[in-house]
Amino acid sequence: PSLPTLCNHLSPPSHPSLSPSPPLPPESKPMSAFHFLRALSQINKSTPKSSLLLRSRRIRQAAYVSMACRAGRSRLWSRALLRRLQRRSRLRYLISQRTRAGIAPKRLKVVRPRSGEPSRAEALRRLVPGGPGMDYCSLLDETAHYIQCLSSQVQLMQKVVGSISCETPQP
Amino acid sequence: MSSRRTRSRQSSSSRISEEQINDLVSKLEALLPEASIRSNSSASAARVLQDTCNYIRSLHREVDDLSERLSELLATTDTTSAQAAIIRSLLM
Repeated sequence: PSLPTLCNHLSPPSHPSLSPSPPLPPESKPMSAFHFLRALSQINKSTPKSSLLLRSRRIRQAAYVSMACRAGRSRLWSRALLRRLQRRSRLRYLISQRTRAGIAPKRLKVVRPRSGEPSRAEALRRLVPGGPGMDYCSLLDETAHYIQCLSSQVQLMQKVVGSISCETPQP
Repeated sequence: MSSRRTRSRQSSSSRISEEQINDLVSKLEALLPEASIRSNSSASAARVLQDTCNYIRSLHREVDDLSERLSELLATTDTTSAQAAIIRSLLM
């Protein structure tokens, strides 16, 4: 599934097969989880069972995509992240499949230490998407939001893992 | 917190933004996982940034680990029960 289409499908779960029960109370959690879960089931269908690495890479990609889409375009980090992921998904078909495509790669863009900032700001810039382009104030603000979204994404994934492992009868 | 504020010839605009920066730093500090066990006095900005970097790195690692676990789990369970479990976690 192409990344732009993944991001456009943010509509609420009106699909009949996915919401057999009466409408849920207006809670943000199920709505925001929907995007990631649907990507998960698409990945599950389209990837052969044997290719563990490919599937895990695609799942990680979907995690970051859904996190950035959830944050919307109003945040610098989510825009930068979406740009980076779209670029990489286009390139993936041009370059060899064996090339390691991590989400946090060794950056081509050099992060120079700026004057009048604590030394750690440089390291933080490298970690937060879109960091090199931000001034120090925006960097701190974006970092706070990025951390919140990252930890809620982690919680979501933990829930999914928990529910799938409960489903699987332990040998 | 810093003695730089007492330096003369500090323009008013940079004094304001230093307040802003301290606010943002303390907001960040509140988000870190060890915020509760830390003493009430705020840590230095450098310490907060260091802890933030470590926390972000650990979150990235967790996403990677969880993706791998999900990938393994999806490989071992069959499609229908995986879909059911996914829907169940959506409805919860």
